[in-house]
Parts: sequence; C-alpha cells; structure tokens
Amino acid sequence: MSEMRNVIRNGIYKDNPVFRQILGICSTLAVTNLMMNSFVMGVGLMFVTGFSSLTVSILRRYTPKHIRMMVQTLIISAYVIALDLFLKAYWPSMSKALGPYVGLIITNCIIMGRAEAFAQKNKPLISFIDGLLMGIGYTIVLLFIAFFRELLGFGSIFGIAVLGENWVKWTLMIMPPGAFFMLGIVIWLTHRFFHEDDTEGGTQS
Amino acid sequence: MIDIHPMVIFFAAIFTNNMILSNFLGMCSFIAVSNEIRTSLSLGQAVTFVLGCTSLINYFVYHYVLVPLSLEYLRFIVFIIVIAAFVQLVEMIIERYFETLYYSLGIFLPLITVNCAILGVSLFMIIREYNLFQSFAFGIGSGLGWTLAIVAMAGIRKRLQSASIPKGLEGPGITLIITGIMALAFLGFSGIVQIQ
Repeated sequence: MSEMRNVIRNGIYKDNPVFRQILGICSTLAVTNLMMNSFVMGVGLMFVTGFSSLTVSILRRYTPKHIRMMVQTLIISAYVIALDLFLKAYWPSMSKALGPYVGLIITNCIIMGRAEAFAQKNKPLISFIDGLLMGIGYTIVLLFIAFFRELLGFGSIFGIAVLGENWVKWTLMIMPPGAFFMLGIVIWLTHRFFHEDDTEGGTQS
Repeated sequence: MIDIHPMVIFFAAIFTNNMILSNFLGMCSFIAVSNEIRTSLSLGQAVTFVLGCTSLINYFVYHYVLVPLSLEYLRFIVFIIVIAAFVQLVEMIIERYFETLYYSLGIFLPLITVNCAILGVSLFMIIREYNLFQSFAFGIGSGLGWTLAIVAMAGIRKRLQSASIPKGLEGPGITLIITGIMALAFLGFSGIVQIQ
C-alpha cells in the first residue's frame, strides 16, 4: 500500500509534471484563458494518460523493445482520437474552442514520459493510477493558472461574473504574454515554497 | 477556402501568429535547448526544413488519401506517422550524403518528432482550410518564426548568466517570464497582418 501512497504523492506534488518536470506545457498554456476550457482539457488529458498507461502496461510484455516508442504513440493517438470524436459529437462548441489543442495531446510529453518511465515497468493497475494522478496534478496547475487569468482578464470564474461591473479588465492576462507570466510565477512560487529541500542550503533571503 | 495571399500568411506566421509566442507550440525544446545561439540556430534550421516538407506531405496525404476515403478522423495518427517517418528518412539521407551537416544537425532530428509545433502546423492548416501554397507558406513561416524566437531567447539567456536572479526563479522560471516579455513585444506587430 505504501507504493500506492508514493504514486499519489509523486503525481500531485513531488513530481508534478508541469512545474517539476516542465513537461507538456505546450498545450497547457493555450487553453488557460478560461477555466472551463482548462477543466475540459485537464479531464481529457487525465483520461488519455490513465488509459494509455494502462494499455502500455498491459502490452508491455508483448511489445518488442526497439519499436516500443511507435507502439506507445499509436496507443496514445487512439485514445486522443476517441476523445476528439467524443467532444465533437457531444460538445461541439467546446471542441471548436479547444481547436487543434486536443490533437496536440499526442505530442504532450507527459503521456509519453509516463508510459516510458512508469508504465513500461509496472503492473497495469498501478500504472493506470499513476497516469490518472499525473493527469490530476496537471489539471490542478492548469486550473490554478486559468483561475487568475480568467479572474483578472474577464472578472469571472467559470463564466460567472464575480468582480462586478466596475472591474477594469486586464486584457493582458487573456493574451499570450499573461500565460507566460503566470506560468513563470507559478514555477517560481512552487520552487520557493514547496521544494526548498532540493535547492542546496535552502533560501537565504 | 479562405482567400489570403500566401505571402500574408508567411509574414503572419513569423510575426503575429508566432508558433511559440502566440500559440505556445514547441515550448519543450524551446526551454531545453535555448542555451546557446549556435545550437538553437541549427535546431531552428532543422525545424524549418521539416515543417516546410511535412506541411506539404500532410497536405497531400490529407486531401488525396484521407478525404476521399472519408477517414478524416484518423488524421492525428496519420500525421504523426508521416512526421516520424519523414524525420527518420531525412536523418538517414543526411547521414549518408552530407556528413558535416549530420554532425551539426543530427542530434536534433529525433527531437523534432515530438516537437508540438510540427503537428500543430499540420492541424492548423487543416482547421483553417489552407490551400497548397498557403499551407507551404504557413509551414515555412512558422519554422522561421520559431527560429527567430529561439535564437533571440538564446541571445538573451547568454546575458542572463552574469545577472543575479532571485532564487527559485532561475532556469525555466526566468525563461518563461522573458518569453512573456518577448510575446508582449511581438504583440506590437499584430497591427500589420492578421490571420485568425
């Protein structure tokens, strides 16, 4: 059971894909101007990481070593296509809003990274949970960035206005530079407060 | 089919719709490799070349194979396979015939397969319904824009080595914030040309 606890800790906090490993930010940032988009993106990614880790892990004994990258890519693509078709069928407006970024989940390094680093060596169930938790860790960061961008940029949260009529919208936050600044700040904060143990000697300020 | 001159798309892809600075694509290698001007320039060349060719190949594959068979939903798989196969092929050709080029470019080629910008360009050109020339201009322009951004970043990071940066912000943190400032500067171009 301690193995399970370890996986949970790693996924959400210690090895969080976005701010610890700086992976998969390509598709992270583009959708974070609205919380709803980020949430859907995060859930989609959770689905893809979880199930592709599961499949890679089940097939790990039957995959020849030198073509495993290709097999992993195909597995991931299959789930991404399923996700894309699902969104197109049941939520066309969201599918349009996310645009090509759903397809770009394929090249999201998190999934490949987890398949290669974890699912290739572990049993199916634990790999599934690992993938799922990596997805949750990713979603949390996504929502955190989106929260500030939407709040400051539109004065709303999940599309519900909270800051009132007189709020002067920070247009900058919903444009690309806002995303870069927010992610930079998030990485800074997490390094500063949560990971002091690995910066030698701690903080000196 | 939208009617925009390919040259307009070309310049828009470099300045106003820069792959990194406004579409966030290709960030992984952007942050990892932008340490030295020379290497980032080689990587940029490789990306531009691959982008130009794969945008053409994917255009033909999509419009002449997938659409007639109504298999459009398979485009993600097909595009990624085309890109991987093309990169592999180029690597083999360069290794065989242009040995000097191989040593300066070789190590970057496998990296390109997982560069989101490559797949991103192919997907954008399908969604925006570009024709052949527009797609090619878009591919080359995106590659040049990406090169411009990564080389500029490498130049800035060289100067940063002698700067004192707050602890915790070093490395990726400061890179992202500088990228934000660069994106801000590139917003100034947005009046010139505009595509979606």
